[in-house]
Amino acid sequence: MSQEIVNILEEKAVLLNLEVESSDEVIRELAEPLYQAGYVLESFADAAIEREKALPTGLPLMGNINAAIPHTDIVHVKKPGLGLATLKKPVTFNNMVSPDETVEVQFVVLMALDEAKAQVEMLQAIAGLLQNPDIIEAVFMAESPSKVKEILAESNEE
Amino acid sequence: MAETKRILVSCGTAIATSTVVARGIEEAMKERGINVTTRQCKASEIRSLVQEGFDLIVTTTPVPDNLGVPVIHTLAFLTGIGKEEVIEQIYQTLSE
Repeated sequence: MSQEIVNILEEKAVLLNLEVESSDEVIRELAEPLYQAGYVLESFADAAIEREKALPTGLPLMGNINAAIPHTDIVHVKKPGLGLATLKKPVTFNNMVSPDETVEVQFVVLMALDEAKAQVEMLQAIAGLLQNPDIIEAVFMAESPSKVKEILAESNEE
Repeated sequence: MAETKRILVSCGTAIATSTVVARGIEEAMKERGINVTTRQCKASEIRSLVQEGFDLIVTTTPVPDNLGVPVIHTLAFLTGIGKEEVIEQIYQTLSE
């Protein structure tokens, strides 16, 4: 199932052990390589930040690490792709289902989606990934973007 | 129960989380022998869409609760936390 993530994960947008101070910052850090590599328009970063304020994507998970899945309207996306960041220290996002609550996040997947139905497997794969604290920990410990891809591809066999 | 239940699945943009949730609900209810159709929408569209007649709303974002249709708020299809419980809750609500 994770093959879909591997296919669409842009290695240049895999940022490990990133040190940032805010959710805005991590969104910008991930959006930039996606923009440079032709996945999204320049407007994507601002749009994702705005959307995060209105409709937050923080997800409290079961392990030690919480996640966020920022994304925005398809109009800012040229082709589907994913950016992934593991953060050196937690950054505050708001909780998707209760936006008044905060979530301390260290695992961010920036999703550039251009159309839902086409990406349903990818979205399900991300949900599967989030539901597996062992994979999240493994990605966290990875030394390189290609190692991350390897971990996700291998988790396919589970 | 031959009748197909209609579920409105809502999230922020109607492309990402609602897709995962809709798929999760469809699969879970199929296993329990309930036919469902799901319709994805943004939270902002709920008020107008609910007129079309739904048996349940499942959402990942806050929505008004005086819609006349049961509403379940959950992240369980994304995070896995409480998934069995929410599936049970959905099943119970649709079985009423």
